[in-house]
Amino acid sequence: MSTRDDVLAAVRAALGPDRPLEVAVDRTYRDRDPLPPGADVVDLFAERVADYRATVTRCSPGDVEAAVAAALGAATRVVVPDALWLDVPRCVPDHGLSAAELDAVDAVVTRATLGIAETGTVVLDHGPGQGRRAITLVPDLHVCVVAADQVVAGVVDAVAALNPTRPQTWISGPSATSDIELDRVEGVHGPRRLHVVLVTG
Amino acid sequence: MGRTFVGMPPFPVAARTALADSQLRRNLAHATGTIRGKRAGAVAELEDWEDLGAQAAAVKDRTLAHLDEHLVALEEALSARGATVHWARDAADACAVVADVARRHGIDEVVKVKSMATQEIGLNEALAEQGIAAWETDLAELIVQLGDDLPSHILVPAIHRNRAEIRDIFRTRMAAAGRPAPDDLTDDPAALAAAARLHLREKFLSARMAVSGANFAVAETGTLVVVESEGNGRMCLTLPDVLVSVVGIEKVVPTWRDLDLFLRLLPRSSTGERMNPYTSMWTGVTPGDGPQEVHVVLLDNGRTRALADEYARQALRCIRCSACLNVCPVYERVGGHAYGSVYPGPIGAIINPLLRGVGQDPQVDALPYASTLCGACGDVCPVAIDIPGVLVHLRTAVVDAHRSDTRPTAEALAVRAAAWTLGDARRLALAEKAAGGAGRVRRGRGMPGGRGAVSWLPFAGSRWTGARDLPLPPRESFRAWWRRGGGTEEGRR
Repeated sequence: MSTRDDVLAAVRAALGPDRPLEVAVDRTYRDRDPLPPGADVVDLFAERVADYRATVTRCSPGDVEAAVAAALGAATRVVVPDALWLDVPRCVPDHGLSAAELDAVDAVVTRATLGIAETGTVVLDHGPGQGRRAITLVPDLHVCVVAADQVVAGVVDAVAALNPTRPQTWISGPSATSDIELDRVEGVHGPRRLHVVLVTG
Repeated sequence: MGRTFVGMPPFPVAARTALADSQLRRNLAHATGTIRGKRAGAVAELEDWEDLGAQAAAVKDRTLAHLDEHLVALEEALSARGATVHWARDAADACAVVADVARRHGIDEVVKVKSMATQEIGLNEALAEQGIAAWETDLAELIVQLGDDLPSHILVPAIHRNRAEIRDIFRTRMAAAGRPAPDDLTDDPAALAAAARLHLREKFLSARMAVSGANFAVAETGTLVVVESEGNGRMCLTLPDVLVSVVGIEKVVPTWRDLDLFLRLLPRSSTGERMNPYTSMWTGVTPGDGPQEVHVVLLDNGRTRALADEYARQALRCIRCSACLNVCPVYERVGGHAYGSVYPGPIGAIINPLLRGVGQDPQVDALPYASTLCGACGDVCPVAIDIPGVLVHLRTAVVDAHRSDTRPTAEALAVRAAAWTLGDARRLALAEKAAGGAGRVRRGRGMPGGRGAVSWLPFAGSRWTGARDLPLPPRESFRAWWRRGGGTEEGRR
C-alpha cells in the first residue's frame, strides 16, 4: 500500500461506517454589516489603514501622479509593474528583475485589487498594474494606489469578490512583529513603509 | 543546534523548576497580560463574534466528518494546478519527502516559514542529519534557534525571553549562522528587529528552497493560506524556486468562501489585530510568479488517532491562535517548556495525548492533569473547543489505560481502600470514629468557614499538604450526631 492509501484508510477507519449527522452551517453572518452603524466605508478604510501606522493620502483622479510622486519622496529607483498606467518618476520597469536587483530598488508603485474597510486591508491578486509578488515585497517602500470604488465593507465581501486561482497578498499595514515582549515594532522583512494613495471623487 | 523535547520530565516535575524561575514568570506575566488586553479590544469590535465561532466550529466538524473526501478533492485541485502532492503517515515519512526534494536539487540550505507542523515532526533535526541546514526566519523562531532553546508558545515561541536576553543571543550567536549582529546592538525591540532583517536578508536573497506549513488548505481550489506578520513568510513563499509545504490533514476547509470566517477569527483571536499584516495565498504554480516547483505534504502523524475519538476530535478544529495559552493561569505561571511539546498550554494538554495516545508515556499521561479546570480556555476558544471537557475525558482515558497495570498507583490504592471502607456501614463507622479522634488531636491553620486544617503531614500525605491544606475531619460524624439526637430540638442544644 502507498502512504496515500494508508492515510486515507486511517481516516476512513477513524470515522467508522456511521458518519456523524450532517452539521448545518448558518450563513446569515454573511448578511450582517461588519461596520459600526453609520460608518462610511471609504472613511473607515482610510482610518483603519492608518491605524497600522501606514500613511494614507487622499487625492482626486487628476492628482494621482502628483500624490504618488510626493509619496515616493527621495526614493531614487522605483520599480513599476506592467499596465500601471501612471507616470512615475525615476522608474525601473520590472522585466524580470532578480531578487538581488530588487534589493537595490528603493520603492515600488502598484495598484490593488480591492480594499477592505472592516480591517484596513489592501488585497493584491498580482494581476495588471500590480505585478508579480516579489516586486511588492523586497523594496522598502510600497506606494499602493486604491480607488474609492474598490473598497468593500468587509472580509466577507472581499472573499466573495476575489478569484482564488490568482496568487494573493493581503496587506494590512507595513510589516511588523510583536515577538519581543509582545511590543509591536513596524518594519521587519517586508516593506517597512506602506503608503496608500486613496483616489476619491 | 537542534534541541528537542525528547526526554522531558512529566509536567509536575518540569513545572516545579519553571516556577522557581522568577525572571520567566515576570516575562510571561507581562507578555500574556499585554496580549489579553489587545485581544479583548479586537474581539469586542465584532458584535457577532460568538456566532462566527459557532459557524466556524460547524464548518470544521462538517469537514472532519468527510475528511477523506475533502483530502482527495484537495489532492486533485493541487495536482491540476501543477503542485506535487505527497502523503505522510508520520514524522519520518514527512521529513523524508522534504529531504528528498532538497537532495534532488542538490540543496543543502533551506529557509523556513514558522510552522507548527514542521516543529511537531522535528524537521530541522531530521534535515540536519542529512547535512541540510534549515534556517528559521520568523523572529521568535530565530531567537529560539540561535539560542539553542525550545519554543514555549505557539504564536510567540520566544515569549519566555526578554529584550536583554535576546540582545545577548544575537550578539553571541548570530555570527556563527551568517551575518553578525552590529557591534552597537541595543536591546531596543526596533534595533533587534533591524538586526534580524539584515541577518536574514542575505538568506532570503540566496535561498533556492523554502519549507512552510499552512494555516488553511482549500479543498475545492487547492489554495494554501499562510497568515503572518513580518514578511518572512512572503519572502520564503515568493523568492525561492522550490517550495515544500507540510500541512496537517485537519487544515483542510471545503470551499474558498469558508475562509470568510477563519480570516476574521484568527487574527483577532491570535494577535488581537483586526487583520495580521500579511496573508499569502497560492494555488499550485503560477507561471512567472513565485516558486515554479511546488510540493504539498499531507501529514497524518496521529491526527487520525485523534479523529477516531468521537468526542475529543473537536480538538482538530484548532486553528493555532494560542488564545487559550494567554488566558491560562497554569500556563502564565509555568510557561510552555513544562508541557514538553511544541504544543504547550491547554490545547497542548489535549492535543499531545490525542496525537500520541495515552498509556505509554508518563510525560504524555500527565498532561491532561496540567490544568485547574477553571474553564477560561474553553471560554476564549474561537472555534468553541470544549477544552475542559476534553481534559476530563482524557483523564478518564489515562486512568482506563492503566487499569491493568501490575503496579497500581498510590492514588488507585487509596481509592480502592476508600471504596472498601465506604462499601460497608460498620467499616465506615469505625473509620469515622478514627477520623474524629484525629480531628480532636491535630491542630493546624484555619480554613475558610472556620474549619480547622492540617497544613503539614509526613510522606506520603506531604504530597497533598505540600501545595494544599487538608481540612480536619469533623470531631463527630453525622451518624454519631444523629444517634445522640442531633436532629431534635434538645439534641441541638
